[in-house]
Amino acid sequence: MGYALRIEDLHKSFKTDLLRRRIEILKGVSLTVTEGEIFGYLGPNGAGKTTTMKCLLGLIFPDRGRIEMRGRSHLNPDARDRIGFLPENPYFYDYLTAREFLRFYAQLHGLKKSGVETKISGLIRLVNLERSADLQLRKYSKGMLQRIGLAQALLNDPELVLMDEPLGGLDPLGRKEIRDIIVRLREEGKTVFLSSHILQDIEMVCDRVAVIADGRVISQGSLHELISRKTFFTEVTVSGLDRRELEAYGRCLTNPGGEIMVQIEGPERVDRLLERIKSSEARLHSLVPRTENLEEHFVGMIQAK
Amino acid sequence: MTIRAIAVNTFREAIRDRILYLLLFFAVTAMIFSRLLALLTVGDRVKIIVDVGMGSLALFGTLMAILMGTGLVYKEIDKKTIYTLLSKPIQRWQFLLGKFFGLILTLAIMMAAMSLIFLLLVLAHAGRPTWDMLAGLAFIFLELGLITAVALFFSCFSTPILSSIFTLSFYLIGHLSWGLETLIAKLRPGAGRAAVQIVYTLLPDLENFNFKTEIVHHLPIALPVMGSALLYGLLYTAFVLAAAILVFRRRDFL
Repeated sequence: MGYALRIEDLHKSFKTDLLRRRIEILKGVSLTVTEGEIFGYLGPNGAGKTTTMKCLLGLIFPDRGRIEMRGRSHLNPDARDRIGFLPENPYFYDYLTAREFLRFYAQLHGLKKSGVETKISGLIRLVNLERSADLQLRKYSKGMLQRIGLAQALLNDPELVLMDEPLGGLDPLGRKEIRDIIVRLREEGKTVFLSSHILQDIEMVCDRVAVIADGRVISQGSLHELISRKTFFTEVTVSGLDRRELEAYGRCLTNPGGEIMVQIEGPERVDRLLERIKSSEARLHSLVPRTENLEEHFVGMIQAK
Repeated sequence: MTIRAIAVNTFREAIRDRILYLLLFFAVTAMIFSRLLALLTVGDRVKIIVDVGMGSLALFGTLMAILMGTGLVYKEIDKKTIYTLLSKPIQRWQFLLGKFFGLILTLAIMMAAMSLIFLLLVLAHAGRPTWDMLAGLAFIFLELGLITAVALFFSCFSTPILSSIFTLSFYLIGHLSWGLETLIAKLRPGAGRAAVQIVYTLLPDLENFNFKTEIVHHLPIALPVMGSALLYGLLYTAFVLAAAILVFRRRDFL
């Protein structure tokens, strides 16, 4: 597999208004995104995620460093014709209808008139906006704007899709729909580079992630590499046993409905409890081994920094 | 194709601006007012209609060019619509030229509306409009093109209010700089005269496009004069647009 995006030693600083001093936002960001993967770009507010994204899009110019998209400079029009971009909180021409807006952007991509209408209808269907396609964008909700933003990002059938907080402002159903579209893009062989604060979503869809803090990438790799698979404890939910007896196995929490959840450290204790349940009238409701998740890894990395 | 798409979209946006119609209303009111002024004037009433009519057309056209030219690029940045636009395979100069031609198209429609009313007024009170009048209107439009380019240039790096002040200053300087020409003629050859000559060359001379006196007083306008004014206008506009592209080319959009 080749790489879809390579960033090497990216630096960017801005002049402050007062005293003309410079603030360094990016202090040498380097990362590589492989073709056909969903790559998550994580970081706390002010870490430099949006600045990196703007550098990729040519909206701001880095002080030094290199950005390559499939071996070509990111400023090369051919390279730009193969990317799609969904901004955070999309702002579009609100006097246009969704259809008119997509037609305008199709012209910017130089798409031929024949087939454009079919393409636009297909995208509108994909993002589930068929009923509002002829409504002015000013009448759209935040979630609807996010969807039409995704549609415009996919107009040119891009090889690389850049998404800045694609799931922000969406209700749970909307988030699931967008997540499904992102996964479908990977199945179609496209590469997705997305930044998000919603770690749960990143964990659900991303193959690899990079964590940025204070302008530097502090952790990068596949989720399997980054997140420890070691079981911290096992959560066993049980009913029909006395709480005082269960406290001998581990920390007990009472669930609504009288079930008791016991957090047990060590596999031997878990085995012993299972034996006890089998030999009694008690009932086992669930058994969940708790491993590190992305959020814990992320918080750990940021705190260590 | 790209420039045309941006120009058409700019036109669609600009033509919705209510301030445009307010200025159009004032321009038409001023032109109709010229008819009332003519009634109060002793002498050639047509001269008043032509003079005030063309003057209002130029003034309100300039206000339209300044208000729209200084706002549209800023609005794209302020509303962040420029983020997705520039992420498309378009060059920044194409974006700027698209904006410029979109504004020119809007101004052309407004100019056509104002000119039609002006010519109807002339037709009603002075018989047939002359070719010189049409040429005069065309030169007002040429000046509006230059003002639009200047407004666009300033809007590439400053706020609409500052850009409006800068462009208005350009307009005023442009209509007063002819005084330097008189000064040059009166100065003796030397460093002082050379310095004034340089300042005069650098400053715009928008009086080049003003043929109102000739039209009002039925004086002939020499073709070479019109030709050089046309060339001056086109070159100056191209120069200002090139400067705007140069500034816009390396601008960071934060």
